Amino acid sequence: MSFVSKLQMAAAAGALVAAFAVSPAAAERARFEFWYGLTGDLGERVQETCKRFNDSQQEFEAVCVGQGGYPNAVQNAIAAYRAGKQPTVVQVYDGGTLDLMLSGAYVPARKLMADNGYEVKWGDYFSGIANYYATAKGELLSFPYNSSTAMLYWNRDAFARIGRDKAPSTWEEVEEVARELKKAGYECPLGFNFDTWQILEQFSAIHGEPIATKNNGYDGLDAEVVFNKTKFVDHVKFFKRMADEGVFVVRTKEAGMDIVPSFASGACQMIQTSIADHGTIGKTAAPDMRWDVAMLPVWKGTERRNSLVGGASLWVLAGKSEPEYKGAAAFLKFIGTPESAEWWSTVTGYIPVTNSGFEAMKAKGFYDKAPYKGRELAIESLTYTPTTPITRGIRLGGFMQIRKEVTDALQGIFAGKVGVEEALNEAAERSNAVLRRFEKTYAGKSLL
Amino acid sequence: MEKRAVFRAGSLAYLLILPQLLLVFVFFYWPTGAALYWAFTLEMPWGGGNQWVGLENFSAVLNDAKYWSSVAASCVFAFAATALALAQALVLALFVDRQLRGSKSFRSFYVWPYAVAAPAVSLAFRFIFAPETGLVAFVNQWWPGLWNPSINGAQAMTLVVLCFAWKWIGYNFIFLLAALQSIPRALTEASAMDGAGPLRRMLDIQLPLLTPTFFFLLVINLTESFVGADSFGIVDILTEGGPANATNLLVYKIYSDGFKGLDYSGAAAQSIILMLLVMVLTFIQFRWVERRVHYK
Repeated sequence: MSFVSKLQMAAAAGALVAAFAVSPAAAERARFEFWYGLTGDLGERVQETCKRFNDSQQEFEAVCVGQGGYPNAVQNAIAAYRAGKQPTVVQVYDGGTLDLMLSGAYVPARKLMADNGYEVKWGDYFSGIANYYATAKGELLSFPYNSSTAMLYWNRDAFARIGRDKAPSTWEEVEEVARELKKAGYECPLGFNFDTWQILEQFSAIHGEPIATKNNGYDGLDAEVVFNKTKFVDHVKFFKRMADEGVFVVRTKEAGMDIVPSFASGACQMIQTSIADHGTIGKTAAPDMRWDVAMLPVWKGTERRNSLVGGASLWVLAGKSEPEYKGAAAFLKFIGTPESAEWWSTVTGYIPVTNSGFEAMKAKGFYDKAPYKGRELAIESLTYTPTTPITRGIRLGGFMQIRKEVTDALQGIFAGKVGVEEALNEAAERSNAVLRRFEKTYAGKSLL
Repeated sequence: MEKRAVFRAGSLAYLLILPQLLLVFVFFYWPTGAALYWAFTLEMPWGGGNQWVGLENFSAVLNDAKYWSSVAASCVFAFAATALALAQALVLALFVDRQLRGSKSFRSFYVWPYAVAAPAVSLAFRFIFAPETGLVAFVNQWWPGLWNPSINGAQAMTLVVLCFAWKWIGYNFIFLLAALQSIPRALTEASAMDGAGPLRRMLDIQLPLLTPTFFFLLVINLTESFVGADSFGIVDILTEGGPANATNLLVYKIYSDGFKGLDYSGAAAQSIILMLLVMVLTFIQFRWVERRVHYK
C-alpha cells in the first residue's frame, strides 16, 4: 500500500512539475484538474488529449494527473473529496458509478453545460452508452469518455488451416471450430480469463438475460442478483466442459500471460475482449499475422440484443470554483467535437460515443482500411437493438464486490474444487448480502 | 550533599516531547480512532453521511466463512514464512560466522534481498514462477499441469510464502550474524579445546545465546507477515488474493474490500479485529515464549 501510494505521489508530483514547467504565459490561464485512471499507452493518450486542449485555446489550462488505475482514480478522488481537495473532473469506471450517483458529490453533466452556455445534443449519444451513465429516466449525469464493448477476436491464419474464413456466430460453431483447431494441433483454440465482464455481463446482455431483478437494479436499491438462475449457468458449464477437454484454456496474468498477449502472440486462436485492445493487438502482433474481430457469439436460437458499454465516464465533482467549472465545460466540449472523437478513436481502440462522430468517421472512410477495419462492428454490437430495460446497463451497489464474488466462484469452478451450480449459488447469496449492505448504507436515498 | 541535575520546569519537558506526541497522534491515534468509529457505522464512501449500526459490522465479518478462511490463510502464511525465513537465515548466519572462505563478501550479499521493494521482488518471482512462460515452465513440459499457482491454491500459497521468506532472510541474517559475533570468542574457543566439534558448539553454546535475538526476530517477522506492507505488496502483485481466495490474507482483504469494493465500514471492522489479533499474538509471545529466552 505504502509503496503504491508513494509511487502515486511521485507521479502526481512529477505531473505537477511538468504542469508548472509550461510557458510562463500559462500562468494567467484558469486552471482545473483532471484525474484519470488509464495507464500505460492509454494514459499517455490522455496526456496528449490535455495537451491538444491546452494548445487549442488560451483561456483555460487542464492539469491532468494519472492515478495509476481505475480503482485508484476513484479511491484518490474520494479521499481528496473528503479533504476538500478534489479535482474538477475525474474519470470513474463503471463499477464506481452508483456510489457517486447516490452521493450528490457531482455536478450533473446537463447542468454544467447549460450553466456555462454550451449546447450539447444529448440525444446524439448512442443510447447503449448514454443509458449506462444516466438516471433511470434517461438524464445523463456524466460524460461518456472511453467507451468500448467486448468482441470476439479470431486468428484468420489458424482458421484458414482448417478451411474456414468466417468467424463463428454461435457458440455451437465456436465449439466445432475449437475442436477442429485442437485437432489441427493448436494448443489454445480459445483463451479465457476470470474477468466477469465478458462471460457474465456481456453474455447476459446479448442474450437478453437479467443479472439482477428490478431491471438490473435500475428500478431500486432492493434488487437481487439472479445470475445463478439464467443461461449464464449453462454457459459456465459449457466453458467448464470445454476447459476439461483442453479445448478452451485458462489464460490469466497470474499464470504469466493474459488473454490479450496470448492472442497477439498467436498462442490462442480466439479470445473475447474489449474493442479497446484492437490497437494494442495491432501493434504487438506479428505483422504478418492475419486476424479479425467479430460480434460475440450467441447460443443458437437466441434473439441477439445490444451489448453493454465498458470503460469509464468523466464526472464533474461538486465544490469547485466558477472558473474551474468554466474550464471543465470547455474541456468536455472539446473532447466531444467530431475531430477529437476521431483522433481519440484513432490512437486508442475506443469507439466514438456519438452518432454524429461515428457517421463522420464512416463517411471519411476511417473503417475501410486495414488497421481500423473491423472496429465498426463494436458500434454494430452496441446498437444491435434499441436498449431494453435489461440491456441498458447494470446498476448494482457494491458492484466491484459482486464482480469479485463471481470471479472467485469461477476460479473455484475451473480449479475443479467446486461444482458450477454450487459455486454460483454461493456467489449469488454473497452478492445479495453485499447489495443489502449497500442498501442499508444508503438508507433513505433512492435512485434517480 | 549529593548534587543532582533535575529539570524543575515541567512545562519544558512537555514542550520537548510535544512534536513526537503530535506525530504519534496524527499518524497513529487519529487514524485508529477514525477506523474505530467507522467500524461501528455504515459509511458512505463519498461522505455525505453515515449511520450508527453498533456491532453489526463485526458480526457480519465474524459470521462470514470467507473471513475465517482469510484468517486461516493469514496464519498459514505468517507461520510458514516466519519459520522458513528464520531457519534459513540461521543456517546462513552460522556458516558465515565460521569464517569460511568468502565469509566477508557473503556477509553483505545476504542482506541485499531486504533492500529490494516487495513489489519488485514479486515481479521477479512472477517471471520465474509463471507456469507457462516462466523459467520453471519446463516442469510442466515433463508433467503437464504439475505447477500452476494461478489455479492451485496451495501452490499459490507456497509461492507467496517463498517470496516473503526470500526477502526477509536478509533481514534476519544480519541480526543473527551480529548476535553470533557478539558471543565471546573465549567461550567457543574453550569448548573447542575441550574437544567440542562445530556442531556441538552450535547446539550447546551459540544457539542458547542467540535466543534473545531469535525472540526479537520472531515477534518482528510474525507481526510483519500479518500486517506488513511486504505481505500486501507480494500478494497484490503475485496473486491478488486468488485463486478463489486461497491467498487472500487479512491485510489484503481489508484493502480489496475497502478500497476496491468501497466498503469502508466492513474494512474498518476487519482492521480493528486484525489489530486485536496481532496484539494478542504479541502478548502470547511475550508471556509464554519469552520465558524460554536466556538474556545472559
